[in-house]
Amino acid sequence: MSEELHAVRLRVNGTSYDVRVPARRLLSDALRHDLGLTGTHVGCEHGVCGACTVLLDGTPVRSCLMFAVSAIDAEITTVEGLTNDDGSLGPVQQAFKECHGLQCGFCTPGFLTTVTAGLAANPDPSREEAREIVAGNLCRCTGYQNIVAAVQRAAALRQAQGPAEGVAP
Amino acid sequence: MTTKLFGAKVQRVEDDRLLRGAGRYVDDLAVGPQAGTLHAAVLRSPHAHARIRDIDVEAVLDLDGVHAVWTYDDLVEMAAQTSAPLAEPLPLLIPHPALTHGRTQYALARDEVNHVGEAIAFVVADDRYLAEDALSLIRVDYEFLPPVVGIEASRAAEHLVHDDVPGNIGARLEQGTGDAAGAIAAAPHRLELDLTVERSASMPLEGRGVVARWDPDQGRLQVWSSTQTSTGVRAAVAAKLGLDLGSVDVITPDVGGGFGVKINHPWPEEVLVPLAARVLGRPVKFVEDRREHFVSAAHERAQVHHVEVGFDDDGRLLGLDVTFWHDHGAYTPYGLIVPIITSTQLLGPYKPQNYHVVFESLYTNTVMVTPYRGAGRPQGCFVMERTMDAIATYLGKDRADVRAANFIQPDEFPYDQGLIFQDGRELEYDSGDYPASLAKIKALVGWDEFEAFRADMAAQGRRVGIGLACYVEGTGVGPYEGAHIHVETSGKVKVATGLTTQGQGHQTAFAQIVADALGVPLEDVEVTTGDTRRMPYAVGTFASRAAVMSGSAVHLAAGKVREKALRIAADALEASVDDLEIVDGVIGVKGSPGATIDLGTIAVLSNPLRYAFDEKSALATQFTVGDPGKPPVAEDDEPGLEGRDFYSPERSTFASGMHSVVVETDPDTAEIRILRYAVVHDCGHLINPMIVEGQIHGGVAQGVGGALYERMVYDDAGQLLNASFMDFLMPYVTEVPESIEIDHLETPSPLNPLGIKGAGEAGVIPSAAVFASAIEDAERGGGGGLTITSMPISPSELFALRQAQGPVGEGTVVEGPIGEGTVVEGPIGEGVEGPIAEGPIAGGPIVETAGKDRP
Repeated sequence: MSEELHAVRLRVNGTSYDVRVPARRLLSDALRHDLGLTGTHVGCEHGVCGACTVLLDGTPVRSCLMFAVSAIDAEITTVEGLTNDDGSLGPVQQAFKECHGLQCGFCTPGFLTTVTAGLAANPDPSREEAREIVAGNLCRCTGYQNIVAAVQRAAALRQAQGPAEGVAP
Repeated sequence: MTTKLFGAKVQRVEDDRLLRGAGRYVDDLAVGPQAGTLHAAVLRSPHAHARIRDIDVEAVLDLDGVHAVWTYDDLVEMAAQTSAPLAEPLPLLIPHPALTHGRTQYALARDEVNHVGEAIAFVVADDRYLAEDALSLIRVDYEFLPPVVGIEASRAAEHLVHDDVPGNIGARLEQGTGDAAGAIAAAPHRLELDLTVERSASMPLEGRGVVARWDPDQGRLQVWSSTQTSTGVRAAVAAKLGLDLGSVDVITPDVGGGFGVKINHPWPEEVLVPLAARVLGRPVKFVEDRREHFVSAAHERAQVHHVEVGFDDDGRLLGLDVTFWHDHGAYTPYGLIVPIITSTQLLGPYKPQNYHVVFESLYTNTVMVTPYRGAGRPQGCFVMERTMDAIATYLGKDRADVRAANFIQPDEFPYDQGLIFQDGRELEYDSGDYPASLAKIKALVGWDEFEAFRADMAAQGRRVGIGLACYVEGTGVGPYEGAHIHVETSGKVKVATGLTTQGQGHQTAFAQIVADALGVPLEDVEVTTGDTRRMPYAVGTFASRAAVMSGSAVHLAAGKVREKALRIAADALEASVDDLEIVDGVIGVKGSPGATIDLGTIAVLSNPLRYAFDEKSALATQFTVGDPGKPPVAEDDEPGLEGRDFYSPERSTFASGMHSVVVETDPDTAEIRILRYAVVHDCGHLINPMIVEGQIHGGVAQGVGGALYERMVYDDAGQLLNASFMDFLMPYVTEVPESIEIDHLETPSPLNPLGIKGAGEAGVIPSAAVFASAIEDAERGGGGGLTITSMPISPSELFALRQAQGPVGEGTVVEGPIGEGTVVEGPIGEGVEGPIAEGPIAGGPIVETAGKDRP
């Protein structure tokens, strides 16, 4: 049952990683189990919950619906890459903390990456637009009210700070 | 003066880690090629009911990368070698005398499967992909048996789930107070209702998972499980593997939500994975996928209820008789907790005076049922609140007034309902003020102004309705929780409670309590939960018990540490204990700013040393401390600045609340929109209002799901048709209320030192009831008409109800004498073998009758 392995260079949060994976290895599994970047979580493995969302050249994608070998040419950003350069929480992370936008924290990385991309596209969302930004991610704990508040708070923090380094627009 | 943290909206201390992706959930452990971790997968039955004639694993045995392939026969073999009870059924965790026919599954099916998803074979391989490949090569020869799906089929008992369980009845339990039948017969007014709630499930975003590592040098098993009870898993794993309890550690890392489903234990995988780790000498991990979670983790909610109620002209309950049928699925590992809660907690804030309830817990060939957030209370609340609404409609009275007429009054606490609760203790409410809650919710939602709003909306062609639902929630059940607190010589305070956490912010809430009790800054307190190495005595996180139980325990343990610290400080400062205070971790003499000593130094002094290993410890060697005339450690003392204590209450606390929702229903499409949602909540003193409100938000969202979207759709063959997030509809942000208005009432509990009650499940309890009330109100436009007896309700179901029950405003309530083919002849509940009501089980219209028509 030995499988052909492919040498793949993945560029994640500004660092290059060389791995050898089967063609069928999901990007989510490669990030988590091959690279040890376990911040990206897998909630459904069929692209509905959004917990595994990462940014591919700044665009949010479900890493459970994508093979690692398909990501070789992309700049991948995971939740581990959302902090500020000085190591402090990035604006979206900080906003979720201030607004109690997380409880168990399992879906949170997917929200953080999704909101990061959403604010890059729309830096000053209305409340309705803030809801739309997070409308594709499931959270079973918070009831979402605080998450929506966090999106708007993140927009304010982001504007005060300027966009985070290392995250493609 | 240290700022008091209890009651403050303190930001969570656990968040920083989780926001950086540095959380450690069970699948985040033992990763990477160096870890050498093996991965397990489980072959699950594709059939709901079948005998297993043969399992052929030949094709898998020699596959590269596959390390183990086990079926039940392998468990028998290993059991024979080790004398461990591996081949016995999994434990029945909560035996109840009424559960006369309890049945549990085997870790791997022996000769019969009883639901789709039941574990049949277990494979361990280099990775999960290979393990799943291997599963696909295993051949099972089945002899199909007729599946029993749903309460109706189970009651009909044309086929049996378990050959040796007659009538598919696992349990029958009856309770009561007063003479319900007599009071109903004598009442001026009577109604009957048939009410149905569908199956749903907890559905945490993180599924179940377990990692195990066997250390041959120490002869120790270490298990990490995404569980709600580390100590429970520890005891169960030790028992099943035949190990001493002291040889097994269970550690609960970060858990991605539980909501009840992670309280059952051991899951088959919690036995098989540790066994594999021991046999194979490698770390082994099992993390289920989402479909596995749907078909092999537990569900809840499905119940059918028949209500008979008698009342007076004011709507005051005179007698209430409830019969219901609980679908507990294929097995009963968690006993009768859910239906017992329904049968007792449906009384809510009311006092029916004469109450009788009987339920049957029925086997079906579907996934087993264990508690899901609210645990039987949403059904009970639905039953009682639908009854209240029906009475109000019948009498033409305001729904809030009918409820108010039945409230237990503030001066009647403690109030004994005369029943036995789920914990075997009396159902006695500790405190509350329901009239005050009602006044608050009416003000918050604008109850008295609603008719004007309805008229405004009607003028625009819009159809709106308002609902109200009240509940009481037994929280903080025993038997106990404990806490251990250790002050490091650095002054840092390490707190351990054996109780687990699944996102409720325990690290923060417990730290707030300790910081206040000990007089230290919040940032110096670090709380560990769910690690049996740190606190081996604990129960678990469920039933809104964490704050009450562990909160009280950490408070008591902190008190012990404080007492010891002050005693040592009094010696060191040559002062009286009564003159000392602790502020920001520094003990000082009140009114003498110069005389101080910090807690870290007290920790040093508390432990007389022979060896000095740093400057601080040099303060505590035998030449520097102690009276040479006395032993270094007094007879009744022990070294170290530590404290351990336990809290064990006589009975549960009773939180309460009221929800009100305003909905709009589309006249053409029957779409249901939430316009406003209001909550009044009483959980006694609030440790952290931010966390409590977060719990309410989350509960309401789950409640919205349960009321409008979520159901487990089984076909007649027992296949779960919607076992994915594509098809099982959980609310996104687009489905929940834009905002939830919350007001708190605090009636402190006299049962614990902090006056707190639990808050975890409250948000979800009244949802089905409050939405049914509001949708019905919208459809009736304040008059008679459509009646909702079954939840959840989708737009198409509402549309169908409109078609079936006629256009809005035309009363279609069925009139006629009670008992025409709906009630058994003779009294319900003549002993255990007595007959049970044979009413229609689907939600039919309410049957009402004037008193004189009663035969």
